[in-house]
Amino acid sequence: MNITVTVNGMQHSADVEPRLLLVDFIRTNLGLTGTHIGCDTTNCGVCTVLIDGTPVKTCTMFAVQANGRSLMTVEGLKQNGELSAMQQAFRDNHGLQCGFCTPAMLLVGTALIEENPDPTEDEIRWAISGNLCRCTGYTNIVKSIEAAAKTTREGASS
Amino acid sequence: MYPSKFDYLAPETLEEALTVLAERGDEVKILAGGQSLIPMMKLRLAEPSALLDVNRIPGLDTLSRSNGALHFGSLVRHNDVVKSETANANHTVASAAPWIADPIVRNLGTVAGSLAHHDPEGDWASVMLACGAELVLTSSTGERVVGIDDFLVDMFTTSCQPNEMVTEVRVPAHSASGGGNYQKLERKVGDYATVGVATSLELDETGNIASAGIALTSVYAHNLKVTEAEQSLIGQTPSDDLFAEAGRIASQACSPASDSRGSATYKRHIVHVFTTRGLAKSLEIAQGGQS
Repeated sequence: MNITVTVNGMQHSADVEPRLLLVDFIRTNLGLTGTHIGCDTTNCGVCTVLIDGTPVKTCTMFAVQANGRSLMTVEGLKQNGELSAMQQAFRDNHGLQCGFCTPAMLLVGTALIEENPDPTEDEIRWAISGNLCRCTGYTNIVKSIEAAAKTTREGASS
Repeated sequence: MYPSKFDYLAPETLEEALTVLAERGDEVKILAGGQSLIPMMKLRLAEPSALLDVNRIPGLDTLSRSNGALHFGSLVRHNDVVKSETANANHTVASAAPWIADPIVRNLGTVAGSLAHHDPEGDWASVMLACGAELVLTSSTGERVVGIDDFLVDMFTTSCQPNEMVTEVRVPAHSASGGGNYQKLERKVGDYATVGVATSLELDETGNIASAGIALTSVYAHNLKVTEAEQSLIGQTPSDDLFAEAGRIASQACSPASDSRGSATYKRHIVHVFTTRGLAKSLEIAQGGQS
């Protein structure tokens, strides 16, 4: 089946088998390997991308379902060659160790502060509760998202 | 993990979808959120020859309130319920929604799809049993309305026929003197309930209990409506002792299995505690407290 999907602002068309998982379309067909595959069972959340701004686990969606939709992967976060506020905050706050969960955490954090520019710690922990991190104990991830929310609010008001 | 091959059909009108179901409903699975169906297909526990993706049909994503009920279209996602002010018209529904799966799965998974899938440890079925929900089943020849008790037949089995689709879930709204609650114990976000208890109360003008709903998750072969516990409350003046007795009845009616989530004795104890606590919370709302 022919599908057309916009990924990070670029339109891609491909002829795919209906059972091709969206995560494999992103990684194999498009070569965007920043989106990871972890559990392959909707538990760990490392395959999360934004579809029309909403976080979705792409191991549990077929590529054909994304036909005509707009996706953002971690590769789409940088702006004019610079790290986004969320990426910069993760760097500044040591918000990652091995980095495997990080692309998904960045995207979930980005979607959260888009919807809720000043989230509480509880709201951040709630928002990332569908994403597993086995290294950090989450503390620095939460700090990073708090920091990104702050710089984004300050940027918007300056 | 990859599913078996299937045809993918994505109609843009309900009529087209119902025609497909009329012609080949036996071999087709309807794809709404897919958050239970796709994992089952990847495990090859489900091998439909075709998927009927209904996500491109307009008008199925509405959550509205009219005629004393909440109306969920086929494509209302769990997170739509979490974010909806309208959903607060039924307190059991509103308190259960944030406990369904995890925040990302809630962005795709649907209430109607969850009921149609009928995982015997699903949370929504208990909510619907406690609240007396109805489902609208539509086929190319018309529609029929089925009570939740008649809809849920057995695990992964409902009375929805191969040519039919769940086009609406109707849940009675609570009155100003009604309240409800969902209590869920889970090991981690996104896990099945270790124990879940849905409660719903309506008070009469004297403050006595006019109607009551209690249903349990994950402590029986399927979601269990505890009629005997409900009956013990009708016409009674609410009290801690009354609710504790209903909790005791519920804990005796269930039949939990000892597994990695806890022993049967432990789960039975939680049913007792959660039923008592859920009824107290429902009463607090019914008497004008905070939801």
